[in-house]
Amino acid sequence: MEFAELIKTPRVDNVVLHRPFYPAVEGTLCLTGHHLILSSRQDNTEELWLLHSNIDAIDKRFVGPLGTIIIKCKDFRIIQLDIPGMEECLNIASSIEALSTLDSITLMYPFFYRPMFEVIEDGWHSFLPEQEFELYSSTISEWRLSYVNKEFSVCPSYPPAVIVPKAIDDDALRKVATFRHGGRFPVLSYYHKKNGMVIMRSGQPLTGTNGRRCKEDEKLINATLRAGKRGYIIDTRPLNIAQQARAKGGGFEQEAHYPQWRRIHKSIDRYHILQESLIKLVESCNDQTQNMDRWLSKLEASNWLTHIKEILTTACLAAQCLDREGASILIHGTEGTDSTLQVTSLAQIILEPRSRTIRGFEALIEREWLQAGHPFQQRCAQSAYCNSKQKWESPVFLLFLDCVWQILRQFPCSFEFNENFLIMLFEHAYASQFGTFLGNNESERCKLKLQQKTMSLWSWVNRPSELSKFTNPLFEANNLVIWPSVAPQSLQLWEDSEAYLLK
Amino acid sequence: MEHIRTTKVEQVKLLDRFSTSNKSLTGTLYLTATHLLFIDAHQKETWILHHHIASVEKLALTTSGCPLVIQCKNFRTVHFIVPRERDCHDIYNSLLQLSKQAKYEDLYAFSYNPKQNDAERLRGWELIDLAEEYKRMGVPNSNWQLSDANREYKICETYPRELYVPRIASKPIIVGSSKFRSKGRFPVLSYYHQSKEAAICRCSQPLSGFSARCLEDEHLLQAISKANPANRYMYVMDTRPRLNAMANRAAGKGYENEDNYSNIRFQFVGIENIHVMRSSLQKLLEVNGTKGLSVNDFYSGLESSGWLRHIKAVMDAAIFLAKAIAAESASVLVHCSDGWDRTSQVCSLGSLLLDPYYRTIRGFMVLIEKDWISFGHKFSERCGHLDGDPKEVSPVFTQFLECVWHLTEQFPQAFEFNEAFLLQIHEHIHSCQFGNFIGNCQKEREELKLKEKTYSLWPFLLDDQKKYLNPLYSSQSQKSAVLEPNTVSFNFKFWRNMYHQFDRTLHPRQSVFNIIMNMNEQNKQLEKDIKDLESQIKQRKTKQTDGILSKELLNSVRPESPALKATLSLKEQALLPVNNVLRTIEGSSPADNRYSEYADEFSKAEPAVVSLEYGVARMTC
Repeated sequence: MEFAELIKTPRVDNVVLHRPFYPAVEGTLCLTGHHLILSSRQDNTEELWLLHSNIDAIDKRFVGPLGTIIIKCKDFRIIQLDIPGMEECLNIASSIEALSTLDSITLMYPFFYRPMFEVIEDGWHSFLPEQEFELYSSTISEWRLSYVNKEFSVCPSYPPAVIVPKAIDDDALRKVATFRHGGRFPVLSYYHKKNGMVIMRSGQPLTGTNGRRCKEDEKLINATLRAGKRGYIIDTRPLNIAQQARAKGGGFEQEAHYPQWRRIHKSIDRYHILQESLIKLVESCNDQTQNMDRWLSKLEASNWLTHIKEILTTACLAAQCLDREGASILIHGTEGTDSTLQVTSLAQIILEPRSRTIRGFEALIEREWLQAGHPFQQRCAQSAYCNSKQKWESPVFLLFLDCVWQILRQFPCSFEFNENFLIMLFEHAYASQFGTFLGNNESERCKLKLQQKTMSLWSWVNRPSELSKFTNPLFEANNLVIWPSVAPQSLQLWEDSEAYLLK
Repeated sequence: MEHIRTTKVEQVKLLDRFSTSNKSLTGTLYLTATHLLFIDAHQKETWILHHHIASVEKLALTTSGCPLVIQCKNFRTVHFIVPRERDCHDIYNSLLQLSKQAKYEDLYAFSYNPKQNDAERLRGWELIDLAEEYKRMGVPNSNWQLSDANREYKICETYPRELYVPRIASKPIIVGSSKFRSKGRFPVLSYYHQSKEAAICRCSQPLSGFSARCLEDEHLLQAISKANPANRYMYVMDTRPRLNAMANRAAGKGYENEDNYSNIRFQFVGIENIHVMRSSLQKLLEVNGTKGLSVNDFYSGLESSGWLRHIKAVMDAAIFLAKAIAAESASVLVHCSDGWDRTSQVCSLGSLLLDPYYRTIRGFMVLIEKDWISFGHKFSERCGHLDGDPKEVSPVFTQFLECVWHLTEQFPQAFEFNEAFLLQIHEHIHSCQFGNFIGNCQKEREELKLKEKTYSLWPFLLDDQKKYLNPLYSSQSQKSAVLEPNTVSFNFKFWRNMYHQFDRTLHPRQSVFNIIMNMNEQNKQLEKDIKDLESQIKQRKTKQTDGILSKELLNSVRPESPALKATLSLKEQALLPVNNVLRTIEGSSPADNRYSEYADEFSKAEPAVVSLEYGVARMTC
């Protein structure tokens, strides 16, 4: 077992644990390949089981022979361990460091986890694209399920099955894929039953500086419009960024080539800008002593709520185009794997009652985040306490969950789930015993054989005993489109996601 | 009415306050003796009481007409466009006159007639009895007694007639002390904590200057200290910032010198004065009123207004007070300058933290009557009831309500009342519809004969109690519980439902409170149905035992029984309207929310007010 080499000291007695909301506990600290365990050995309730993969950063401090390790978790918790003996402390610290930064995915806990519960329904088969398409098939005659990406050869970040216009054959799709960033040709994201309008998403068109065009791409996009109708292209980047992208071979749709479409630019930030925003936010939440002025200016400086407002506004705009304007839309940013998915999924929350149920929301995450190729492994590798400034870590999914929470706050009876459900998803996206959020896309997940080797999060969540924790008792299904307010006065800091920080 | 020249103007536009595309409703504007009324094309009525108007502004003439902007004390802002300048001018002038009365007798309360007879009105005034309240606290007792020193308002005009003081404080000591205190407001009992035997006392600043002393005042403080057998020291809280208190010394006022008073622990808590609070609120409202406000502008505005900092300061002071009593059993004397603004805030909030009674609907009324009305918080000046000095206006009481709101947010089960109750009280401190808040002290109120000429607010609130109940309230868990709020900065939030209470587009679209209330109603109805059905069964059983086993009885076991059917349909009827309310989502449309500058283009096909497919627009408060 390779882990044994990393664990220099597997056990230390008389360790004192300090953590928020609980009194200090003295007990025995044990390290296993995947967990840090502290047991008081008196009462089973006084145990701490912490996944190594949940550890974001650690600090060491020494006062005489007493060492202290401060563990900062990806779920924002900060845990302190007082360890007698300098050598033990150093050993534990270096073991934790090594175990929490394992390179190989196949060494992660989900590959070792054996469930203690009876699997009623295998979550890996709960939300197959075919089933999802089936739900619509009676109403959507202009669309078809295509297996052009069966071998992940056309688009590595797309699933094998995607929904495309019936009028466009697989050969054309292959051509369009060469014209779109990452091969992400336009696919159906949402079909609005009320008026037959659709949301499509894609990567940016690769027009480059010389204005390259692609007939098949134009044909595909136009094929989604009904006669005489116009559509909107929502580019999640501001115009100047989209223009700059041309220098790198990217770009945006020229109106001359897409005359039936009107382009709207919004500005949703990405990557390290979001990561820094989260770091600043959590840092100021952790500082309990600051006065009101400092807190407010730090909250402002973090820009977190600005990002929330920007994302929600864009999603509302998309929903508005669809429901009020009766126009179809195409959404993309650069890759079409981050801000694009925030917008498409939130627009569905607003428009589609089903996505506000537990099952529907799970299906939404499966469809619009996992299948759609949001790179969870990269984005969630580190959280608010990371020091390394790697470009691809970013709380994109957390921002989406926060936006859902904002809508839930404004429509407390329109959601079947409660905020614990959202917090649970956040926690599992960053560290989990389940395989659901491992890998960056379907292709990687297939190679890892996650379906055979790990358990799906949905297998665990969708059991009645778990569901009851996540159910909103005030839920009353309604078929309305729910328009949230995006005024700054209506948005709030989601403290409970930061719950570990308070008090 | 001599001030009203135009009573009705047609084709007036009411602009949406936050719309960037100048969305508006067209309707008719009416001016009555007491209200300004706007009725739009959908027959929706907007009533504005003249007394609620804080400012009227006539802006420069535009092509569509003459804009008239009215800001209200209850934070409603309306923006009309009157087609003809002449009409606008007439209305503007009338409102200026009507919103600022010169005499108390012209206030609405003196003409308001809710059709009650004299006996009912009197009973309303007797509803809250402070003598009863002191009895509830446990005074008089062996250490505290009722003093008749101020029975004729001879010592202090701004205090009530009945005051409780330490038993060992003789009249000469009281009189002597009152001469050493600003406006004669000597130390008196505000709240007595029975089990800790500790007291909250209040007064104004001492006239100590740089070195003056007063033996009687020192004696009186000692007497307060001695009246508490549980602890030999007492706290003196000066609620002002140290600098302000020191500056007052130059004017012959100041604060207690610890060397001159035995066993006192002196403490500044740093709440700013009424002028700072007034401009703070003004800044806050300016920020909020901005069209297309960004998140960053909102937070930097919130910060620079200082509003939440002030709220936190008041809360921290009250927590200090409550801790001194609950944890140390020490009595506390609270003062500021005159002892009617910050002192009222801190004493009342401290009592509310200590005593669960004040967290009930009736207890909260008692608290306001005691620490605010009877001890002479200058409601008429602070709320600008009459045309007076604008520098005397300050949102001191509003801050108190906001502190209570923050507590209700932190302790959702601790309060019998809900947010609507606080908002309603806030509405009426400015409305001048009831006599309670008119005048600046009890003496003035007696002279105005308010109890004969006006009505009390409290019975009306109690009649409407259902609206103000907190469905989460648990009285059992609150027995003798002291609230210990956490005042870490991020626990303080902007009170949207106060400062934007009329901007419905900013509100949550579904209210959990309403739903729980409705569920409670449903439960009650169902329980009643069960009882009815059970009694029916019983009746039938008695018939059975009587031996009349008939066809009818056999029928009754079947579901088609006509009797059962009747009850069922009755129940359905009772439940239906409730269900409708449950499903209601406050009317909202994407255009209301201004997601983009494209909104105007998008909304071309929309009617002026869009409600959702099944949603029905409905007022909340």
